Amino acid sequence: MTDGPYGKRAADIVIWLLLLTMPYWLEAVGGYTQLGSRVVIMALAAMSLNFLLGYTGVLSFGHAAYFGLGVYGMGMTIKYLVPSTLAGMAVGVLAGAAAAAIIGLLIVHLRGIYFAMVTIAFGQVFYFIAYRWNNVTGGDDGLSGWSRQPIDLGFASIDILHNQTAFYYFALLCFAVAVTLMAALLRSPFGRTLLAIRENERRARFLGIPVDRHIWVSWLISCTFVSLAGTLYALLNNFADPHDLRWDQSGDFVIMAVLGGMRSFWGPLVGAAIFVVLQDYVSSETQNWMSFIGLFFVIVVLFFPRGVLGIVRRKAVS
Amino acid sequence: MSLLQVEGVSRHFGSLIAVNGISMTVEAGELRAIIGPNGAGKTTFFNLISGFLRPSSGRIIFDGEDITGLLPARRVWRGIARTFQVTEVFPELSVRENLRIAVEVASGFRLRPWLSRGADATVRARVTELLDMAGLTVKADQLVGELAHGDQRATEIMMALALKPRLLLLDEPTAGMGDQETYAITQLIRRLHKNGELTIVLIEHDMRVVFHLADRITVLDQGSFLAEGTPPEIAANEAVQSAYLGKAA
Repeated sequence: MTDGPYGKRAADIVIWLLLLTMPYWLEAVGGYTQLGSRVVIMALAAMSLNFLLGYTGVLSFGHAAYFGLGVYGMGMTIKYLVPSTLAGMAVGVLAGAAAAAIIGLLIVHLRGIYFAMVTIAFGQVFYFIAYRWNNVTGGDDGLSGWSRQPIDLGFASIDILHNQTAFYYFALLCFAVAVTLMAALLRSPFGRTLLAIRENERRARFLGIPVDRHIWVSWLISCTFVSLAGTLYALLNNFADPHDLRWDQSGDFVIMAVLGGMRSFWGPLVGAAIFVVLQDYVSSETQNWMSFIGLFFVIVVLFFPRGVLGIVRRKAVS
Repeated sequence: MSLLQVEGVSRHFGSLIAVNGISMTVEAGELRAIIGPNGAGKTTFFNLISGFLRPSSGRIIFDGEDITGLLPARRVWRGIARTFQVTEVFPELSVRENLRIAVEVASGFRLRPWLSRGADATVRARVTELLDMAGLTVKADQLVGELAHGDQRATEIMMALALKPRLLLLDEPTAGMGDQETYAITQLIRRLHKNGELTIVLIEHDMRVVFHLADRITVLDQGSFLAEGTPPEIAANEAVQSAYLGKAA
């Protein structure tokens, strides 16, 4: 708010330009197109989580469950039902949303650490199902033997399997639609009730906002978009990994959001980019890449509690 | 019919009896002050009326309907709004945004994912009107958390007023304020009361404010009802003097 409408507009334009041109400069700076796709997909997951964390003030440590339902929804649809990418997306997103709707009803009356703990517990249930149910999910080995299918538009077909750039733009299109919807929601009366709940739950309640119901809707929106990210992640890897719905994956999403700055809309995108690039670069040097991410995370949280974008913003103001 | 009838409400916290069988009737359009020494149970009594706490026994009737078991949000929908002893606002949002949220909720827009241009204009006009009424227009775009205590309190009162309540409950509106701020808030409350058909019940420690504003005064002491009457009656009441004014003097 301190940087004014023009600053915000300019930041939006820069970010969209960078995302739109990424395949053309990424290799020049030592990256590759799949890494770009990975950043965009993880950013969608982290921004979806942040809809709940940064804009409603509710911490979930179990978002990997809904991410994973998207992953397996996609993989199992293509492997067992129909060889269609779009059908897989529909199944994955619906599965994630349905699970979130039901689990949400059971947990929205909880707050703070209790809410976070229960989301982990429910998340682990899904993880163990995927991990143990060998003949359906592939168990520990994951679900392989399938691959993303060309997108059939009726008049034309887009090959996203062999053309990595085409897949990047497909993922970016999904990202753009989801992120634009979330931004619009946050500027709406409903979005402002979420800010109200984050800022002061007691005041929100005594304005006549049924707080639990609004948190449920926010949770549902957040989990639905995170399942969308999961379906894209399955496509990226042509593989469903049970690790995708384990609790430490949920933790990674939280780290991305906090690292980038959960009070700014683009913060989780920056956090996801740092996380994914650091993971890619450091893991080729050492197996203990997580300790470097952890160290970086601790430094940011201790010295810059508003995340990386928080630093940039403070510099811009002063 | 009276707007608010409280019938013998009690509230226990374990073995502590915070409120003990208090009854009170408030007429529409009245400005009622509740006073009493510290620990008299004033705030607990308020919390029972607004739904923040449930009474252990007794009934609360608002506009002819029993609201004893209703959740706070539902009492707000029926027309009861309140402020708190420690100001409750949205500190990291601007004054304008604080009021805007209240206006939108009061207009039934709370679940809307978008607003039509007409509805948006109506909301903005109402926010402007509320800002004017409280003299907050010049501070409209500052974060509430950065304002002086008196302005934060005024914001909170205007948020409650944005809900178009029929009954406004103010818990120590001038608590912790200097003379200047106390005067400004007193004038604001007087304007709100005279402007509409608003019924106000307030808890207050500052006797100048109480005697300046109130139509009638209810006195509580140690969780129980002590006296009720017009300001001159209460000033002359011996029981009140010995229990409260006597101690204070």
